[in-house]
Amino acid sequence: MTGSRLWNSMRPRGRNGYFFIIPYGAFFLAFVAYPLIFSFVLMFNRWNIVTPMEWVGLKNFLRLFSDPLFYKSLRNTMLFLAIHIPLQAVVALGFSLLLHSRVRFRGVFRALYFFPVVVSGVVVTILWQQLYSFDYGILNKLLTIAGLPRIPWLVDPDFAMPSIAVMATWKNVGIYIVLFLVGLQNIPAELYEASQIDGASRRKQFLHITLPMLNPTIMVIVVLSTIGGFSLFIEPFVLTGGGPMQSTLSGMLYIYNQGFYFSHMGYAAALGFAFALIILAVVLIQRKVIETDRTA
Amino acid sequence: MKATLKYMLLILGAVVFAYPFLWMIAGSFKPELEINGFSLWPSKIVLDGYRAVFTKIPILRALINSLIVSLSVTASVVVFGSMVGYALAKLEFLGRGALYLLILFTMMIPFQITLIPQYILMVKLGWTDTYLSLIVPAMMSGFSIVLFRQFFAGVPQALIDAARIDGCSDLRILFRIIWPMSRPVIITVAILTFMASWNDVLWPLIVIRERTLMTMPQLVTIFVTGGEAETQLGSLLAAATLLALPVTLTYAFFQRYFIESMASTGIKG
Repeated sequence: MTGSRLWNSMRPRGRNGYFFIIPYGAFFLAFVAYPLIFSFVLMFNRWNIVTPMEWVGLKNFLRLFSDPLFYKSLRNTMLFLAIHIPLQAVVALGFSLLLHSRVRFRGVFRALYFFPVVVSGVVVTILWQQLYSFDYGILNKLLTIAGLPRIPWLVDPDFAMPSIAVMATWKNVGIYIVLFLVGLQNIPAELYEASQIDGASRRKQFLHITLPMLNPTIMVIVVLSTIGGFSLFIEPFVLTGGGPMQSTLSGMLYIYNQGFYFSHMGYAAALGFAFALIILAVVLIQRKVIETDRTA
Repeated sequence: MKATLKYMLLILGAVVFAYPFLWMIAGSFKPELEINGFSLWPSKIVLDGYRAVFTKIPILRALINSLIVSLSVTASVVVFGSMVGYALAKLEFLGRGALYLLILFTMMIPFQITLIPQYILMVKLGWTDTYLSLIVPAMMSGFSIVLFRQFFAGVPQALIDAARIDGCSDLRILFRIIWPMSRPVIITVAILTFMASWNDVLWPLIVIRERTLMTMPQLVTIFVTGGEAETQLGSLLAAATLLALPVTLTYAFFQRYFIESMASTGIKG
């Protein structure tokens, strides 16, 4: 190809490149860049959309730092994550190990475990509202049959958030079973064969081959469920409305209440910004911890 | 012995995940007093719950709204996502690398930051209480672009060069030559997008107040939280069953694709 022909074939392609990305460019400006920039303006203002915006400087952030409900919602989210992530990882790992071994009907089991993932969170929440009912719920009936005391799943502030964490685990664990299965399939069989020759026990193999090789999968699972935990909204919105005693007020629910219930747009934007920073910080710390774990 | 234990655990898991749904479906047909029993079989079929749902809320309209919104969003994400993905993988232009980094950056922005300003944008555009507010802000996604780019990078350049020599435009190359060989990635993007759009409740709750424009999960949420269901358990379970029905039917036929799509999302981490 001569130089000039090369030039001719490059030029239209270059133009086409721009033609292909222009729709995204417009979309990016309107629905990513503009909201992002506007959020930085908004968080320094007081505004209810109807009356003119009023510049208040750092007031929204000063208010945030002394807002007990902000801390409460943050603590609630952390409590949710502290139960949800380990529970989910252990249950998912257990079922994926079972499914990874030689079993019949693997596809059927996998499809059943995955089903709650595809169903709307609203369905799952309505359903669990009945299961968790103190007087008539199936779960408390089972406990009574077993001779145990009933549990105030959603009506006691100490139980409500853990109950939601258990429900969220039930809904999402299918994703993580599938992710672990992919991870297990990617571990080379030679590793197990070699260690078997060296006389390693099944337990040793699990601790020194399976777990370390699943480290990247665990990372994905921790990060995805952290982001999911900070987005927790519809479950408390439908189940408890944030109660009892604000014990299930999640970060997202608090932002929603401030923005759309009280019309405090500026303060809601400041809350959104604060939670976004916290999410990024938490994910970075998790990455650091899990990655150093691998080298250790 | 060990095998027995294994199957017992697997079956226990199956019961834990499936029983509540079966109980919900059975409950939606049970007489009110029977609902809280363990039985999965109504002593007699009662349709009061469904009657209440159909008379109190425009549930069919909501189903149509959800279909319009989710199908438009999915079509748009697949078409535009593949265009940008193709440009990033196979076309040369100034700023290509920068654009890719920018898209990766947009994927890291937590939506908590942009939620409030996006709502205000909808208000200013006059799009609240219209389909536009549900469709347009979801028409493209960075994640789908990245998935398409990854897949298209593996398409042999020789194929594209040959098509160009035959005088094919890039649009034709993308939609007539590359699309037919990209079924896996198209299905993945379509399923993930459709599911996310179909199940989203937060955004519809924010931008839609008019009942006839609500999406299905949103309308059911309003029905449950707004007290319209009163304390009628049967109608709650009927609403939940109706909401679960479309996804369940789709899942029954395309179960494998759902699971494979989800499995491929893990790769991004």
